[in-house]
Amino acid sequence: MKFFRSHVLVGINETSIMAGVQDFIKALRLELAKHNLQEEINILETGPLGFFGRGICLSVYPENVNYQDVKLEDVTELVSEHFLKGRPLKRLMLDDGGKFSPKLNYSDRIVLRNSGIIDPENIDEYIGAGGYEAWEKALTQMQPADILAEVKISGLRGRGGAGFPAGVKWGFTAPIDAPQKYVVVNADEGEPGTFKDRLIMEGDPHQLLEGTMICARAVGATKAWIYIRGEYKLCIDRLQKAIDQCREYGILGKNIFGSGFDLDIFIKIGAGAYVCGEETALIESLEGNRGNPRWKPPFPGVEGLWQCPTVVNNVETLANVPFIIQKGAEEFMKHGTPECTGTKVYTILGDVAYPGLCEVDMGTTLRTIINDYAGGMKKGFRFKAALVGGAAGVILPDKLLDVKMDFSSLNQYAAVLGSGAILVMNEHQSIVDILWSILRFFRHESCGKCAPCRNGTQQLYRLISKIKKGKGTMEDVDLMLTIAETMQQTSFCALGQSPIMGVRSAIENFKDEFIAITKK
Amino acid sequence: MYREICSKYAPDKDNLICILHEIQNSHPQHYISEEAVQTVAEYLGVPANHIYGVLTFYTMYSTKPRGQNIIRLCESPPCYIKGSENILHKLMTLLDIEVGETTKDGCFTLELCACLGVCGNAPVMMINNDVYGDLTEEKVEEIIEKVRRG
Repeated sequence: MKFFRSHVLVGINETSIMAGVQDFIKALRLELAKHNLQEEINILETGPLGFFGRGICLSVYPENVNYQDVKLEDVTELVSEHFLKGRPLKRLMLDDGGKFSPKLNYSDRIVLRNSGIIDPENIDEYIGAGGYEAWEKALTQMQPADILAEVKISGLRGRGGAGFPAGVKWGFTAPIDAPQKYVVVNADEGEPGTFKDRLIMEGDPHQLLEGTMICARAVGATKAWIYIRGEYKLCIDRLQKAIDQCREYGILGKNIFGSGFDLDIFIKIGAGAYVCGEETALIESLEGNRGNPRWKPPFPGVEGLWQCPTVVNNVETLANVPFIIQKGAEEFMKHGTPECTGTKVYTILGDVAYPGLCEVDMGTTLRTIINDYAGGMKKGFRFKAALVGGAAGVILPDKLLDVKMDFSSLNQYAAVLGSGAILVMNEHQSIVDILWSILRFFRHESCGKCAPCRNGTQQLYRLISKIKKGKGTMEDVDLMLTIAETMQQTSFCALGQSPIMGVRSAIENFKDEFIAITKK
Repeated sequence: MYREICSKYAPDKDNLICILHEIQNSHPQHYISEEAVQTVAEYLGVPANHIYGVLTFYTMYSTKPRGQNIIRLCESPPCYIKGSENILHKLMTLLDIEVGETTKDGCFTLELCACLGVCGNAPVMMINNDVYGDLTEEKVEEIIEKVRRG
């Protein structure tokens, strides 16, 4: 193996591609060659580096220097200063000359432990980082029942929204004696403001595959589908490459590692429908139908894809599984709280100093996440509210900043945790306005199957539009609550049951604003 | 032509969404015609109204001819609070069209869409397969000019 003096990790994701990262890498290679450094400095293309939002980002090891917003015209200076003279270029360093440095807690990560460190398009790097050890262990040393028990003990809960224990879900499917069972990976991430699954897939696609494989083994499924949004081009490419590499290495296929177990994974591309994030709607879509949700029960675990028992899990849920099998449930339970074990990936957006992603233990407060990982508020702005959980989420005021972020502490708001989106708003932003935007979204995305949701989303949008124009009354505000509550009780699926979250939290926490804007 | 695309896939209904994607991508006007619907219906052995139902359910498909370039501006909350409405108005004046319409020269179609998952760079739009973020009114003008020139 060749040794290099330094490794430059370049984050390749939608953001950096937009900023022209491919041209940048070419220029960097040329410049290094000009100084005859190509044998000393290694350039590695990797996934999201764990801090982002600003253009092209680099991490240099072993110096552990992070650069952000590097431009094509900076290449000459960067090479001559850092790589030739050994003086990191302060001007471009992430920490703004030591004022603030977002926490990069790689040692505490589970889901993103390889993201930004390995080349996601190279299976050898994943294997080098301990990848597929868990898969081998699950196939050769463990019985399906052992895997199931381990996941149950770990307390892993679904990271898609509802927080249902993964081990229990698998436990419905595992004992069923059926000629065919399936695993479906829900990668139809559509919650506005949420893109954690995109970053997990872009940064470490093999970990998701490995988790899917272990799940398939535990429940006895021989085929798995990844249902992914059509807009996520880079994820689709990387996952397809990863699957091809696995087939080539015999990690997928027939009689894997001589265990007698067969498994293959396929990608299915969605066509743009928010409701397909609902597991039964997703299954309908996979079968080539309109994405209308199905009646439950029977639950997919018993009767899902083509009437076969099917486990549907979110990307983040499955990406946790290799760690649990490789290191054991004990190790996993060291993270988080007793009721909510493990970590959670968040994307932090809006008026914070460093918008980005982080992975922290369950139970970390919103305040810590905003201050320690996103650098607090952007200069000159004051915190007003945070929309947590996207459109189906809640609007939290500053007095709720110290709420612990886990499924049990968030209690009535728990469903919002899954998406992991935190949108921070400053004091100038109007709550009525943001609620209007949320309700417009629901009006568009209602699938039309059931009347409460089909009509309710229309009426909520009509009322909030009236209020936004200053033509509404407090009776209209109360009516919105009544409609949203009725929808929660009577809608067919989670979509129609969700608008109450935003409506209630906005009206309860920011009543003054509604009073101010409505007619007396 | 449609038949050729179909035959790349097994004649199973669950391939419908993939087939429709490919048909739409291969058409210079990025849409799925009635003729295409008929062909796919025959190939898969499902009624044409099922295909039409699927086609109109998902926002990525179009039953009407569109421009060479499809602009999809995100209107979800994270982009909205960063000023996507201003960007929308800029695009409408610049192209002299409403949402859902195509420019007279057939160069652009303007659409709105839900979250594209690039919220770190809000407001965001996609033109064909490329994402453009941190949009400002000035930037939009430059981008449109650049795409128009090809």
